[in-house]
Amino acid sequence: MERIAFCVLAVLVVASALVVVRHKNPVVAAVALAFNLVGVAGLYMVLHAQFVGLLQVIVYAGAIMVLILFVIMLLNLLEEAEPHPAGTFQRWLAPVAAAAFAVTIGSALWRSNPPAFPPVPEGFGTAASVGRELFTRFYYPFEAISLLLIVAMIGAVLLSKRRLP
Amino acid sequence: MIDPRFVLLLSALLFALGVVGVLTRRGAITILMCVELMLNAGNLAFITFARSNGGPEAQIYVFFIMTLAAAEAAVGLAIVIALFRLRGTTDVDEINLLKW
Repeated sequence: MERIAFCVLAVLVVASALVVVRHKNPVVAAVALAFNLVGVAGLYMVLHAQFVGLLQVIVYAGAIMVLILFVIMLLNLLEEAEPHPAGTFQRWLAPVAAAAFAVTIGSALWRSNPPAFPPVPEGFGTAASVGRELFTRFYYPFEAISLLLIVAMIGAVLLSKRRLP
Repeated sequence: MIDPRFVLLLSALLFALGVVGVLTRRGAITILMCVELMLNAGNLAFITFARSNGGPEAQIYVFFIMTLAAAEAAVGLAIVIALFRLRGTTDVDEINLLKW
């Protein structure tokens, strides 16, 4: 059962990633990215990390995707979706480089040979267990990251508000 | 049971696809989307190790990376909007002010 779900989600995730990378229309690419993010959220669920999976749907597939689609529509990028393709040299070299990269990290990860998944520990991946750890051991990083969010928010407002010459 | 290595391979493949996107696409927003793809591949590897390890730490790292991705998307899109106002395009080949 788990294995079937994993295979279906893996195919969905890879196919939608290909659409994101290849499709000319940015709106189609954005919708494919939403599918990809939901698929990855499903993979988290298969790996029993429910809380992170839900966060993925809310934060990524919800907030970030809406933001991206909003900007695409705001700038009306449909016509000049892809003004001109990359140079032939770059177009052929990039997949070769990426394939070499994938083989490198893929083989490194394969040989790292992580231990087979143990039976799911009590409370693994629930909001309670993650939240408890977040507000005790990871309290200062948590505060730092909220500061980062505020800085990013102020920066975004300032950047898009300023009158440019 | 799923072999953890297959999940890790999937995340490597996703990351490589994101790299192809960043290298070949020309629209600034599409490049940002491909960066999100790569961040997600990293998150998937983190969750795999969390499952192998059984502890909550790696899930918290994923939580932090998600926050980072949200901040990155907000600032990145603001920069794209400012660029579009300034140059009237989001084509990264046209934007060469810092190039010599």
